[in-house]
Amino acid sequence: MSENFVEPQFFTFAQPPNELVLKSGVKLGPVTLAYETYGKLNADRSNAILIFHALTGDAHAAGWQKGDKSPGWWDAMIGPGKAFDTDKYFVICSNVIGGCKGSTGPASINPATGKPYGLSFPVITIEDMIVAQKHLIDYLGIKQLLSASGGSMGGLMALKWAVMYPGTLRSSILIATNYRHTAQQIALHEVARQAIMSDPDWQNGDYYGKSVPARGLAVSRMIGHITYMSERSMEEKFGRKLQNKEKLGYDFSHDFEVEGYLKYRSDNFVQRFDANSYLYLSKALDYFDLAEDTDLQKAFKGVKSKFLIVTFTSDWLYPSYQSKEMVKAMKANNLDVSYIEIATDYGHDSFLVEIEGQSKLVTHFLNNVK
Amino acid sequence: MNDIRIDHKFIIEMIEPNSHVLDLGCGDGTLLDLLMKRKNCHATGIEIDEKEIYKCVERGVTVSHGDVDTGLADYSDKRFDYVILNESLQEILNPEKVISEALRVGKRVIVGIPNFCNIASRLQIFFLGQVPVTKGLPYKWYNTPNLRFLSIKDFRHFCAERSITVERERAIGLRKEVFFKRNLFAYIAIFLIRK
Repeated sequence: MSENFVEPQFFTFAQPPNELVLKSGVKLGPVTLAYETYGKLNADRSNAILIFHALTGDAHAAGWQKGDKSPGWWDAMIGPGKAFDTDKYFVICSNVIGGCKGSTGPASINPATGKPYGLSFPVITIEDMIVAQKHLIDYLGIKQLLSASGGSMGGLMALKWAVMYPGTLRSSILIATNYRHTAQQIALHEVARQAIMSDPDWQNGDYYGKSVPARGLAVSRMIGHITYMSERSMEEKFGRKLQNKEKLGYDFSHDFEVEGYLKYRSDNFVQRFDANSYLYLSKALDYFDLAEDTDLQKAFKGVKSKFLIVTFTSDWLYPSYQSKEMVKAMKANNLDVSYIEIATDYGHDSFLVEIEGQSKLVTHFLNNVK
Repeated sequence: MNDIRIDHKFIIEMIEPNSHVLDLGCGDGTLLDLLMKRKNCHATGIEIDEKEIYKCVERGVTVSHGDVDTGLADYSDKRFDYVILNESLQEILNPEKVISEALRVGKRVIVGIPNFCNIASRLQIFFLGQVPVTKGLPYKWYNTPNLRFLSIKDFRHFCAERSITVERERAIGLRKEVFFKRNLFAYIAIFLIRK
């Protein structure tokens, strides 16, 4: 294990009366962002790369914190000599607002009441998360990012950053993502939200210090996990294998390995994630539509970044055709966009596990960013 | 300069410096890389083979993973100074549509074709009574990727019938350029066309 542990850092801003004005018009402040950095910012501050995490991710993208059993969630991609090479680049990752990993979210204490926000936390959007992170980048003294990147929700944030702050970004790497949430994506999230909200322990979001809506959150995570895998990867990993059994039990205890896996993963998740954050972040994703006020082609007007867009053949949650529509709209704006669909069975999770191909692409793409 | 393929050499010579170039079926990006280095071109490619995309990105070529038959629709009119269709036309499902689309998005189009009516092919058909297997046509009938079989003459007729102007035509034989009786002696021809 590394002798240099990563330390989480915190940045607080938007102190009243200068609160953050959210897209909904509601004010939020003070706002704290938890973030980590890897590598060194160079003298002219031109080697910074902002990484955005996915729905249930956090600021701990790489390296080891004290007590870690595993490294950060994208450690395979970020580090010395890796795709996001921390010998060359200064890599920043921060937890989104609305999250529960150190940044201000529904589980945070509302300074006005001294109690956790719960459902009094305002509904936030992808745009609000980005505005908050722009404050962090300004605070770090970075005028222009070499790149912004992420998978899934992280990809969509990198995309929206390129549109909102065109002058601040030289390149964007968008992986397994979409420019808006579709009916299917919204529907899957809604089932997850209903699972949480129908847990009697949810108590309209006011469960802090009491028993948490663990069963509801576990069910929503199980749904999530199914959508992150592919039919084929599940078949290969589990098939019809039985768990701790020689034959079927003819009862409703777990028979199959896949059932045990979902329980194991969701139980872990409940330990580390706040149910209200899941509601807020999934809602933010569902609200996202890059073309909301206009058509997609016009949405890219004025964008300057060059793009690398990566999809995976077996990703049915964010299927390739959605990225292709985005590529088409970018090309219509004469943007410099490279697109690749990687053949893999790992489904939506590929952005976390299909490292070889992504590493080659990211390494070389970043080498060629001017 | 000697290790550059002769067809690439001819294509590079046809292209003005600082141009925007789209290569359809760009493979590993070799030609586009040369155009960036030697002519300071802005290079974009379309390629169907995933393995080749990694090599293109490594070279700094902007590339899209997709097929040539549908990939052109994304681009606006006259977006490129040149669109290159080298060694890909014969493998395309709908070459007529692709050429017309290429002429829409490109001010000029460079088409490189294998000449299926080269003398070696003609002799094989005549004396052996078999579908020819030659340097330009190294495949058997059952494993060829080629969907279209055309000659230099066929392509000239194709252009003439559609009022497509052939600005330049260069032909390559076994080792060097062919100036005389191209449809008989050339294995490859490169056309610079515009509408």
